[in-house]
Amino acid sequence: MSVATSTAREVTRTVSTGRSKDKSLGSLVFLGALWFSLFFGVMVLLVLIVDTAIEGSPRFDSALITEYGSRVRPESTGFRAGILGSLWLMVFTALFAVPLGIAAALYLEEFADGDRWWNRLIELNLQNLAAVPAIVYGLLAVAVMALMGFGRSGIVLGGAIALALLILPVIIITTREAVRSVPQEIRQGSLALGATVWQTTWRQTLPSAVPGIATGTILGLSRAIGEAAPLIVVGLAGSVRFDPTGVMSEITALPMMIYSLTSNSQEEFRTAASAAIIVLLIMILGLNALAIYIRNKFQKTW
Amino acid sequence: MSTISSTGAGPPFGAGLPAAPDLRKKARPLETVIRTILMVSAFLSVAITVGIIFALIRPVIDFFAEVPFGDFFATEGTHAVLPLVGGTLMTTVIALLVAVPLGLGAAMYLSEYASRRARRVLKPTVELLAGVPSVVYGFFALSFVTPTLLQDILSLEVGFTNALSAGLVLGVMVIPTVASLSEDALTAVPQSMRQGSMAMGANRMQTTLRVVLPAALSGVAAAVVLGMSRAVGETMIVTLASGNLKNLSADPREDMQTMTGFIATTAGGENAVGSTSYNELFAVGMLLFLLTLVINVISIALVRRFRQVY
Repeated sequence: MSVATSTAREVTRTVSTGRSKDKSLGSLVFLGALWFSLFFGVMVLLVLIVDTAIEGSPRFDSALITEYGSRVRPESTGFRAGILGSLWLMVFTALFAVPLGIAAALYLEEFADGDRWWNRLIELNLQNLAAVPAIVYGLLAVAVMALMGFGRSGIVLGGAIALALLILPVIIITTREAVRSVPQEIRQGSLALGATVWQTTWRQTLPSAVPGIATGTILGLSRAIGEAAPLIVVGLAGSVRFDPTGVMSEITALPMMIYSLTSNSQEEFRTAASAAIIVLLIMILGLNALAIYIRNKFQKTW
Repeated sequence: MSTISSTGAGPPFGAGLPAAPDLRKKARPLETVIRTILMVSAFLSVAITVGIIFALIRPVIDFFAEVPFGDFFATEGTHAVLPLVGGTLMTTVIALLVAVPLGLGAAMYLSEYASRRARRVLKPTVELLAGVPSVVYGFFALSFVTPTLLQDILSLEVGFTNALSAGLVLGVMVIPTVASLSEDALTAVPQSMRQGSMAMGANRMQTTLRVVLPAALSGVAAAVVLGMSRAVGETMIVTLASGNLKNLSADPREDMQTMTGFIATTAGGENAVGSTSYNELFAVGMLLFLLTLVINVISIALVRRFRQVY
C-alpha cells in the first residue's frame, strides 16, 4: 500500500467515524472546549427545570389547573383560564395559519417560476419575515384589529391573528422543505398519466408530504403557545375569571399569566408562577414529542 | 409519431381515425382558479411586510407631529429613544459574547468531530434550548441568574433587575440559532479540503480552525448576524430582567430598558388610542423593525454568498 493510499484511508476513517488518534495537549484542550460548549446549553436547561420545579413543588396540586387566578387567596390561585386560553389560541392560530401557509408553499414549490422577479421577492421577503421580532407582529395585529373595528380588546381573534402572522413564515418554510423532498419521479409519473398540475399536487405530492408538514406545523404551534410578547401588545389581560366562549371572548394565556405573576412580589404568587412554568414546559415538550413521533413514524425515506 | 408515419410503408399511423385532441389546449377553469388562490396566498406574505410598514407609519407620523425629531433621537428626556437603543445594544453585546463562542464551539463539534449517529442525538438536544418560551427564560433570570449566580456565587453588586443577567440569559437563548446555521456552513465545506489539510500533516484541530472555519466564514458570519437579530428582537427576557429604567450607561450591572422592553411595558399599561405615548409605541416599533430588517438583509446576503461558493 502506497503512502498516498494509507493516508487517504486514515483521513477518510477519521473524518467518517469522528475518532482521531491525535493526543497532543492543544488538541485535547480544544476538544474539551467544544464539549463544554455543546453541553453548556443542556446544563442550563437542567438547572432551569430543576430550580423551577423545586420552587414550584408546593403547588403541584389540582387547584393549579382547575381554579381561576385569585388575588385574595394566593395559596390556591390557579391557571385554568390561562391553560384554556392558550389551547383556544392554538386552535385558532392553526385555523388561520395552516391553510394559508400550505397554499403559499404549494404555489412557490409547484407552480411558481423561480426566475421571475416577483417570486424571488416573495422568497427574500419570507426569509426576512421569519426573523422579524415577535413584538412587531403584535403591533401589526393591533392595526389589523383596528381596521376590523375592534381596537385593542384582548379577545381570542386578536391574539390568534398575532400568533398566526408570527408562525406563518415558519409554516411556509417547513412545508416547502417537505414538498421539495418528494421525488420528482412521482410528479412526472402522475403528469405522464394525464393528470393536471393541480391534480398531481393534490393527489400525489401533498399526501406524500403530510408527515413533514405536520411536524413543521406542530413545531410552529409549540413556538406560538409559549409566546407572550405579541399578546401583551394586542392587549390580552394578565388574568380573567371565566372560560372562553367564542372568538369574541376575552381571554388570557398561560405565558401572559406567568408574566403578570412574575412581577408580583408575594412569595405565593412566585411559587404558583414556577408551577405554571412547569405546566407550560410540559405542554410544549408534549407538542415537540408529538412532532418527533410523527416524523419518525410516518416520514418516508425515498 | 412522425417517425413512424414517415418511415413505414403503407397507410400512416392512425389513418382513418379522428385526430387526437391536444389535452393541453383544453380549458380548465378550476385549475386557473386554484392557481390564482395559491398565488394570492403566497403574495400575502409580501402584503404582511407592506402591512407592517403601513400599520406603523400612521401613528409614527402622528407622533412626530407632536414630538420634534430631535426630542426622539436624544439621549435625555421623556421621549428620548437613544437610551433604549443603548440598552438594546448592551444586552445584545452580552448575549453575543455568550452565544457566539458557545454556539460556534457546538457547531464545530457537531460538524467536525461527532459521528453521524452522535450528531443525530446531539443536534436536537441543542435545539431544545430554542423551544423554551422566553417568558420562562425571563423568570429564570430573575429567580436564579441574578440572586444565585451573580449575587451569591460571583458576589457582584447588582439589583433585582440588571442588564447583565438579561444579556447572559438572552445569550443562552441565542446559542441554538448560532449553532444551527454555523453547523450548516461548516458541513457545506467540501470533504476534499479536509483531506488535503490532513494529508499535509495537520491534525483535526488545525484542520478545523485553519481550513474549515475560514472556508465557512461567510456562513458563520450569517449565523452571528441572525443571532444578533434574535437578540435585538427578543422581548420577554429583557422586559422582566433588564429593568424599566431608561438609562444610557456603559455599566452592565445597572438597570437598562431596551426598545422591546419599552414596547412591552408601555403596551401593558393604559394608553388611549391616539395618545402620544400610544404613538411613541409605534415609533419605537418602527425603529426596531427597520433595525432588524437591515440586520436580516445582511444575514441573507451572507448566506447567499456561502451557498454560491460551493
